[in-house]
Amino acid sequence: MYNFLARRLLATIPVLLIVAVLVFLMLRLTPGDPAAILAGDAANTEQIEQIRESLGLNRPIVVQFGIWFGNVLSGDLGESFYYKQKVTALIGQRLEPTVSLATITILFAVLVSVPLGVLAAWRFGGWFDRGLMGFSVLGFSVPAFVLAYLLIWFISLKLGLLPVQGYHRLADGFWPYLEHLLLPSITLSIIFIALIARVTRASVLEALGEDYIRTARAKGLPEMRVLVRHALANAAVPIVTVIGLGVAVLIGGVVVTESVYAIPGLGRLTVDAVLARDFPTIQGVILFFSFAYVLINLLVDVSYVFLDPRIRY
Amino acid sequence: MDAPGLKQYEALSVEAAAVRRQEGVWQRVQRSWSVRLGGTVLAILVVVALAAPLLGTVDPALFDAGSRDLLPGKVGEISTLEGDTLQHKFLMGSDSFGRDIYSRVIYGTRVSLIVGICTALVALAFGISFGLSAGYLRWLDGLLMRVMDGVMAIPAILIAIALVALWGASLATVIVAIAVPEIPRVTRLVRSLVLTIREEPYVEAAIALGTPTLKIMLGHILPNTIAPLIVQGTFICANGILIEAILSFLGVGLPPDIPTWGNIMAEGRVQFIEFPHNVFFPGVFLAVTVLAVNIMGDGLRDTLDPKMAKRI
Repeated sequence: MYNFLARRLLATIPVLLIVAVLVFLMLRLTPGDPAAILAGDAANTEQIEQIRESLGLNRPIVVQFGIWFGNVLSGDLGESFYYKQKVTALIGQRLEPTVSLATITILFAVLVSVPLGVLAAWRFGGWFDRGLMGFSVLGFSVPAFVLAYLLIWFISLKLGLLPVQGYHRLADGFWPYLEHLLLPSITLSIIFIALIARVTRASVLEALGEDYIRTARAKGLPEMRVLVRHALANAAVPIVTVIGLGVAVLIGGVVVTESVYAIPGLGRLTVDAVLARDFPTIQGVILFFSFAYVLINLLVDVSYVFLDPRIRY
Repeated sequence: MDAPGLKQYEALSVEAAAVRRQEGVWQRVQRSWSVRLGGTVLAILVVVALAAPLLGTVDPALFDAGSRDLLPGKVGEISTLEGDTLQHKFLMGSDSFGRDIYSRVIYGTRVSLIVGICTALVALAFGISFGLSAGYLRWLDGLLMRVMDGVMAIPAILIAIALVALWGASLATVIVAIAVPEIPRVTRLVRSLVLTIREEPYVEAAIALGTPTLKIMLGHILPNTIAPLIVQGTFICANGILIEAILSFLGVGLPPDIPTWGNIMAEGRVQFIEFPHNVFFPGVFLAVTVLAVNIMGDGLRDTLDPKMAKRI
C-alpha cells in the first residue's frame, strides 16, 4: 500500500515537470522578445532591460529554466506586473471563492447526478433514461455563460430569489456566502451533472448485467439495496475517475462563471491578467491550476484502493 | 480453371464485398435519427452562413446613432458607408452603438462554423501525424506521449487563453490556440488504433514485402483509423465553437470589430438587465449550433464506431 503510494507519487513528478517546462516554453517560444512581451506596450527600454536582467533572459534557455523552476520550487512564482504583488500572494487571496465554488459545485453535481444515473440504468431504455441522455447532450452543448444569463434573468430578475452577482466571504456569515454561490454553482454543475450522470449510467448498467446482481435479487434483497450496495458500489471506480477528470472542465467553467457573476476568484484573476497582459500572473495561475488538477487525479487514483478491494497495486 | 481467370473472379468478389460493406456503413449513417437531425440543422446553418448577405441583413459593422438600443422588431434608420440612411427593420433589436443585432448574429454564423471546422482539421492533422509517429516509431513513443500527458494536465481553456494572449488575437491564432489542447486526445486515439492495427496480418505482410514505413503508415494504417477520427473530429468541432465563443465573451478572443456570437454577448452583457435579448439571440444560435454538432457526433459514433459507443 505504502509502496504503491510512493510509486504513484513518484510517477506524478515527470508530469508536473513537463507541465512546468510547457508553461515556461509558452512564453519563450513566442516570436518576439520575451522581455518586451512581459513588459507590455507602455514600457520603456530601461524597464525592458530590467526585466531581461531579473529573469536572466540573456543566458542560455536551460539556465533560464533552471532559475525559474528553482524559484517555483521554493514557492516563488514571481511578481505580478499589474498588481505589483507576489503572484503567490495574489493566488492566496483569490483562493477562497474558487475553492468554495468548486466544492459546492462538485457536491451538488454528485448528489444530483449519481441517483439520476442509477435510475436511468435501472430503467434502461425507458423514457427516464432517454430523457436523461437527451439532457446530458444538452448539458454539454449549452455554454455556461448562456446558462448563467438565463438563470440570472429568471431566478434573480423575474423571481427575485437570489442575488444577481457578487461574493461574500465565509467570515461575513454563512447565508450571504451561500446565497451568492448558489446560482454560480448551479450554472457550473450542469455540464458536470451531464458528464457524471452519463458515466454512472453506463457503469451501473454494466454492473447490473453481472451474475452477483442476479444472485442478490434471487436471494430476495430489496431492489434499493441491490442497486446501491451491489450495483453502485461495484460501479464506483469509473464514476470517481470521471469526477477527477471532470475537474479540468470545472476549471474551464470557473473562469467563465466567475466572470459572469463577478466573483473575485482565480478564474477572474486569470482573465484580468490576460487582459492586462500580466504574464507572470498568467504563468502562475496556469501552473497552480494544472498542479491542482494533477494532484486531485492522484487522490482519485489512490481512492481506487478503498473503493475496490480487488485493486491491489 | 486457368489461374488468371480465377484471380479476376477473386478480385471481383473482393471488390463487391468491399462495396457492400461500405454501403452498409453509409446506409446505417443515413438511417441514424441523430445524424439526420444534427445534419439538417447544420446544413441550414451552413446555408445561412453562405447566404448571409441575402437574408435581409445589412453590413454588420454599420451603425446609426439614432437607432441605439432598439427593441426587437422595431424599424429604425441605419447609415451606410456612402452616407445614405436606410429604413431597416431590427428583427433582433440593436445594440448600444445602433448596430443591427440580427445582421451581426447571422454573420457570426460564418465565424463560428469556420472556427469549428478549422479547429477540428488542425487538431486532427497534428494528432494524426503525432499518433502515427508514436505508434509506429517506438523510440519516439515515450517522449512524445509524456509531452502529451503534460499538455493534457493543463486545462484546455487556459492553454487557449494563454496562447491567444501571447500570439495576439486573429482568426488563425484563435483556431490554432483552440486546437492545441485537443491534439493530445487525437494523438492518443490514433496511437492506440495504430498499436492494434500494426499487429494485423496485412501489415505484417506489407512489412515482409519490404514496403517503405511511410507507405505502410499512410496506405495501410491510416485508412483504418478514419471512422473513429470522424467521430472525434465532430466533437472537437463542437468544442471549438464553444471555446471560441467563451474567449470572445471574456474579451480575450477575436477583436470586437469581428461579429462573433461571443463578442455580441460580451457587448450585450453590460446592459443585460434592460436589454436581455442582446445576450439571448446569439446565445440561442450558439447553443443550437453546438447541440446540432454534438447530436450528429453521437449519431456518427453509434453507427461508425460501435466499439467506442459501448465504451462511453
